Amino acid sequence: MRKVLPVLRELTRYKSALGGLIILSFIVGLAIYAVITIPYGEAVRLWRGGEEMWRYNPVNAKPVWVNYFTPQKLPKTLILTSMEDAEIREEPLGKTSKKVFITYTFDYQADVPPSELAIVYKPKFKKKGPLVSVTWTTPDGREIKFGRMSIKSVSGSGSFWYPISLDKQLIKQFGDQKVEEGFFNDPHDERKVLKGKHRVEITAYLFEPGAWIETELVIYGTVHGLAGTDHRRRDIMIALLWGTPVALSFGLAAALGTMITSIIIAALGAWFGGWADSLVQRLTEIRMVIPTLPILIMVGMFFSKSIWTILATLLILNIIESSIKSYRAIFLQEKHAPYIEAAKSYGARNLRIVFRYLIPKIVPMLVPAFVLAVPGYVFLEAALSVLGLGDPVLPTWGKLLSDAQGKGALFQGHYYWVLEPAFMLMLTGFGFTMIGHALDRIFNPKLREI
Amino acid sequence: MEDQVLLQVKDLHKWFELRKWGFIHIGFVRAVDGVDFDIHYGEAVTFVGESGCGKSTLARTILGLYQPTRGEILFEGKRLQRLGRWYRSQVGYIQQDPYGALPPFMNVRRILLEPMVINHWGSKAKREKRIREVLEEVKLTPVEDFIGKFPHMLSGGQQQRLVIARSIVLNPKLLVADEPVSMLDASVRVEILQLLEGVQKAHNLGVAYITHDLSTVRYFSERIFVMYAAKLVEKAPVQELIRNPLHPYTQALLDAIPDPDPENAHKFKEVPPGEPPSLLRPPLGCRFHPRCKHKIEGLCDKEVPKEFEPGPGHYVSCWLYK
Repeated sequence: MRKVLPVLRELTRYKSALGGLIILSFIVGLAIYAVITIPYGEAVRLWRGGEEMWRYNPVNAKPVWVNYFTPQKLPKTLILTSMEDAEIREEPLGKTSKKVFITYTFDYQADVPPSELAIVYKPKFKKKGPLVSVTWTTPDGREIKFGRMSIKSVSGSGSFWYPISLDKQLIKQFGDQKVEEGFFNDPHDERKVLKGKHRVEITAYLFEPGAWIETELVIYGTVHGLAGTDHRRRDIMIALLWGTPVALSFGLAAALGTMITSIIIAALGAWFGGWADSLVQRLTEIRMVIPTLPILIMVGMFFSKSIWTILATLLILNIIESSIKSYRAIFLQEKHAPYIEAAKSYGARNLRIVFRYLIPKIVPMLVPAFVLAVPGYVFLEAALSVLGLGDPVLPTWGKLLSDAQGKGALFQGHYYWVLEPAFMLMLTGFGFTMIGHALDRIFNPKLREI
Repeated sequence: MEDQVLLQVKDLHKWFELRKWGFIHIGFVRAVDGVDFDIHYGEAVTFVGESGCGKSTLARTILGLYQPTRGEILFEGKRLQRLGRWYRSQVGYIQQDPYGALPPFMNVRRILLEPMVINHWGSKAKREKRIREVLEEVKLTPVEDFIGKFPHMLSGGQQQRLVIARSIVLNPKLLVADEPVSMLDASVRVEILQLLEGVQKAHNLGVAYITHDLSTVRYFSERIFVMYAAKLVEKAPVQELIRNPLHPYTQALLDAIPDPDPENAHKFKEVPPGEPPSLLRPPLGCRFHPRCKHKIEGLCDKEVPKEFEPGPGHYVSCWLYK
């Protein structure tokens, strides 16, 4: 700690390092926040969750803050429940049956129509399900009747989804307009949304005593959350948040692991020499002509895509990388330094010389190299994910990019889907690089600014 | 105590094998080739010779950093090879380049602590006390100002004081000083040599002082050993040698000391022709004979000169004195 503090103090003299420190502490804070608020198991469950889990989210919705940059006001998702947002009226019908009117009224002020419409029926019945129908009154007074159906069965959670947007009758009725546009656009100017109060009345016939029905009207927006949603309605924020600890720990573990191990091997090799040293040298030379990415792809395809397997493969490959040669060259030179001879003269043993005299000499050179190596591994992990070799369970930045690429996000104008993970990756790289270059100047006196 | 032998070197050889492509034997570099001498308790001895004559190899062999090829070194009558680590605490080593001799990433305290930690010397408190003691002894005072500093924060003279402090921190009986002042400014040389003398007198240390500079010899040594081409050619007390050099090489060496006399400007100094021989294939017989003006044909170029004692305590390896 006594050695770290002066370095930190010196770092703050460089504006770029200060910026880097701020970025890095933001990223680290984000990582800690992610791990605390969404435990690992929960994150994995959410990310792998099926349709049920994300039903109330719109598909491919933009982030909410897009509203600050567009002249149009984009709608958020509106969920109206019969318990809270509706007027309910009952009419008895014979001995056992009754008629229930559920009336929603809502004010729609956005400039674009919603992305989807759906009604969730949550009926309670024993044998004969309710008969429902919907009357939608638009602000200009048009009345559209649709959705007459009898509910015969419900899903496990007791609900029946009626996707209005997919209703065949409505699709036919609105012609070349989308269903949502049909409800929300001005019939005289089909490019404009008619703002005002909509009234949706659901009529349900219940045929059993004690039967009841609750409904939800879901008006899917085109913006959602701070990060938007993907093609499977998942909140991208989860992957953005969880990508942070994954990227940081992968980058740090890979950089630290390869660096420490290759330095120790280089130091032992340079000090003791002999056949083991030669063997490592030859292996390194062979390794230098083997490309990394194809091997990682092969391991990912034939063996396992787990992030641990990839990390281990990467460690094994990068320990005997070309950097081991440059470390060894420094050690070979340092080996004959007078202070090493002095240490021998007062009785230092081999291992003590290697670990207390040889290695500490080059630690200052390594600190910046280490910091600069981290983003490389972060990018590598993302690159593997983009190639479809990411860990199958973890939500990561690379996974987002991979999905976005697979679904043609840029063709369809879902820029946020690509830009958000790319921004996080660049931010990480930027933070580490800014600190790394400042550290380089501090530890490498030739570059020092006065 | 004075005339008891501390270190005895008998017929010491240190040869380095030369190979081509790592395995084809070419020959041996005979860096030390048959050297005999002894150092008494509390006695300072100077080894003089020109660059490449094997002085530093001799120093390292005495320190046990090199295994001798042949011959033996006895420390207090015991063979060096048998002594192991204990011997490390009995010799101190002072190197030529003070900055290089100090690990740049350790501070003064750590540098002095290392030998004690490695040799399991004393308790923690005792070590701290000893650090302050030696720093005061080498006059790096006030101690608290220096104890946390790193070598690059010290001047050349202070660095060499620290090296001396490290060499004596384990209370050794013998110091090996390999050109301790040749890298220093002329202004601090005398200080360091006086410090070394003070330390030697205070602890009654045996000192092997190795130098190529005869002008620094008189500061504290009692005997001079002149080394030429891996052999000791003359051994004598300092005053005796300076007054009465016997070996032709010693004479040439002494002649070469610059004398600040205006008359010298017009005098021509005679220098032995040629260069010191290759240690890979040294000349037969006396190694100085190709350059010697007193060469005896048929003897000097055939047979290795024996050691003669023309005066009391004055030994010379030259056929002229048979």
